[in-house]
Amino acid sequence: MTYIPAEKLKEEAEQLLKEIDFNNLKPKDRLKIPMQEMPAQEPVARGKNIQEVALGYYEAQVRLEAERCLQCKNAPCIKGCPVAINIPGFIKAAAEGDYQKSVNIIKESSMLPAICGRVCPQETQCMMECTVGKSLKDVDKSVAIGRIERFVADWEREQGKMSLPHIAPPTGKKVAVIGSGPAGLTAAADVRKAGHEVVLFEAFHKLGGVMIYGIPEFRLPKVILDKEIENLLSMGVEIRKNFLVGRTRKLSDLIEKDGFDAVFVGTGAGLPNFMNIEGESLVGVSSANEFLTRANLMRAYEPEKADTPIFTGKRTAVVGGGNVAMDAARMALRVGAEEVYVVYRRTEKEMPARREEVEHAKEEGIKFMFLTSPKRVIGDDDGKVKALECVKYELGEPDDSGRRRPVEIKGSEFILEMDSVIMALGNSSNPLISQTTPEINVNKWGNILADDTQKTSMERVYAGGDIVLGAATVILAMGEGRKAAESINKLLAE
Amino acid sequence: MSRILRKTQLSRDVFRMELEAPEIARERKAGQFVIVQVDSDFSERIPLTIADADEEIGSISIIFQVVGKSTLKLAQKSTGESVENILGPLGMPTHIENFGTVVCVGGGIGVAPMHPIAQAMKKAGNKVIIIMGSRTKELLILEDEMRAIADEFIICTDDGSYGRKDLVTIPLKELCERGGIDLVVAIGPPIMMKFCAETTRPYHVKTYASLNTIMVDGTGMCGGCRVTVGGQTKFVCVDGPEFDAHQVDFDTMMLRLRSYKPQEQEANHRCHLQEAVDKLQEQSK
Repeated sequence: MTYIPAEKLKEEAEQLLKEIDFNNLKPKDRLKIPMQEMPAQEPVARGKNIQEVALGYYEAQVRLEAERCLQCKNAPCIKGCPVAINIPGFIKAAAEGDYQKSVNIIKESSMLPAICGRVCPQETQCMMECTVGKSLKDVDKSVAIGRIERFVADWEREQGKMSLPHIAPPTGKKVAVIGSGPAGLTAAADVRKAGHEVVLFEAFHKLGGVMIYGIPEFRLPKVILDKEIENLLSMGVEIRKNFLVGRTRKLSDLIEKDGFDAVFVGTGAGLPNFMNIEGESLVGVSSANEFLTRANLMRAYEPEKADTPIFTGKRTAVVGGGNVAMDAARMALRVGAEEVYVVYRRTEKEMPARREEVEHAKEEGIKFMFLTSPKRVIGDDDGKVKALECVKYELGEPDDSGRRRPVEIKGSEFILEMDSVIMALGNSSNPLISQTTPEINVNKWGNILADDTQKTSMERVYAGGDIVLGAATVILAMGEGRKAAESINKLLAE
Repeated sequence: MSRILRKTQLSRDVFRMELEAPEIARERKAGQFVIVQVDSDFSERIPLTIADADEEIGSISIIFQVVGKSTLKLAQKSTGESVENILGPLGMPTHIENFGTVVCVGGGIGVAPMHPIAQAMKKAGNKVIIIMGSRTKELLILEDEMRAIADEFIICTDDGSYGRKDLVTIPLKELCERGGIDLVVAIGPPIMMKFCAETTRPYHVKTYASLNTIMVDGTGMCGGCRVTVGGQTKFVCVDGPEFDAHQVDFDTMMLRLRSYKPQEQEANHRCHLQEAVDKLQEQSK
């Protein structure tokens, strides 16, 4: 994929719009409409700023993209969506130019459309099931569902009139929601809609969970996040920031002493994983969580204003292949690294990162070293990172995840000169709730065990999102938050 | 927001602040800490130990030394003003029981977190021996409070300006020689804790150290606080802050504490740290 300037995409779309007769489109005509690329900032310039990379569709592009949808009767895309958004419905409204109707359809299922439109891995969800993509034998040519979603959500926000859902009369019941990430926010909204009082507990000084500390500004601008949260909370949810359930108050005390009738635990994926290789404690090695938290939550990307320092190596290696690895690599570039390498032990095909992020990273000049894994970090006399010793891998038989297992090639060690290393290897579960709440059963990795109604082993306590799933996605967390809210509402109606 | 109920200066660059924090005051136990963010958004989150608490008033006391830009910002706040964010209590509480005889070794600012631990050890029925040390007399803090708890009380200064002219490890070694010590808790600069561990090791006296490492969130998320304990990676914020001192890799920990040295030096330079501290000193006179 080569970079096409935004203006050119706009011109092409507007030209095409004039040429097509939309009144007589047959499915094969729809398949001929070219898939609309996402306009983006110019790669070299954006590598030096923190503004959002993807600029969003122009109106002409939305029309074209929405017209590519075949409006399949069986709507396979809906099955690919963790929260089952009526996708053909909102796309049809968008094609007709009724953006309010379009966004209202999405909001029946998702409370955070501007966010999901930006961060969902559509190519492994809705787009994977899309008939257009299947007909063209390329999932990347499926209808760009997320881009249309983003457009209509942004449109609504820019109109300045966000619609509020209907809230049932007060029930006198009180629900605690722990964690203000995607799972907690969704659960809070859905429980509130049923008329229950909701108190949302957050350990940090800002709301949003992974969306505020993890996902960078250039992928999800904080003003958008804040606006979506503000809208959600205007339903009348009480916020308790700087409150760590388990420490500031035991979870059992919330029920036994503070009068909560039910609790939702959405505390997210906790402890960052390390490789346990030599040299991981050297100065210049950090987890992606630490690096991104410093940059995002603590605003270290604005060094003139922020008090929190960030390690800005000239040559940075990021180990891992997920979205977090892409975020860390691209952030490293923006806080001063001159060369950034992504070191991943499988191939590009197995990378769990969102396709668009990988493409954007490549355009920005990030170098990828596939089938490569670190063996040790080498330090200088002052204990600072000097180099990374790596070894080459090849793909063997498929493993439990269905991906081909990478196998080390003996004797293929080589050295990469580096002055900082960021480990983006996923997270283990945070032990805080399980340490302080023995009534809640966890699996061997420490993830909370929840049944298919999201109920835990503790009475009146439900859980969802990464604390149950292990590291997953915003939309899956939202799906679980929604399911838990449904169960809580049912429990409280009894 | 947390209101500053009282601010006092304990030594040249050490301050005590009583902050309104009823929930933390209610739940905190000896050995736990808080994370403070002085102003909003652009301020750093800094871990500080809880030196004392008053559940009735709903307040906690923190004692901190001005070592950089963020602690200076905190020191510049006055009684009646507020700190923007405070989170806690964090970390595992100290394991308190009647061990028999407990030696508490507090070095420099480390006396502050030691105070509630010594208090709790005493309350649990232990004989409490306290060794306090600092570079010089002016830097000693909480002497009266600690003396009130101690069954046996030893003060050391590096320059001999007060008490014994010794490092804290010398009386500690004498106590180990004398025998009958069931537990040692050491809190202070990493180098002091390391040598306390080396002092007690040959005598097989169980020794705990409370670690103060780099932290961002304080809830287990960033991993900046990781230390090697008995060959395993542990997180100070959720697994600690107290660990078996004989198992802690202090050298690596000290190395990691220097991670942001160049950035910190630049920041200190920019805010004229020492000058500003001395100014605070003048004002309080």
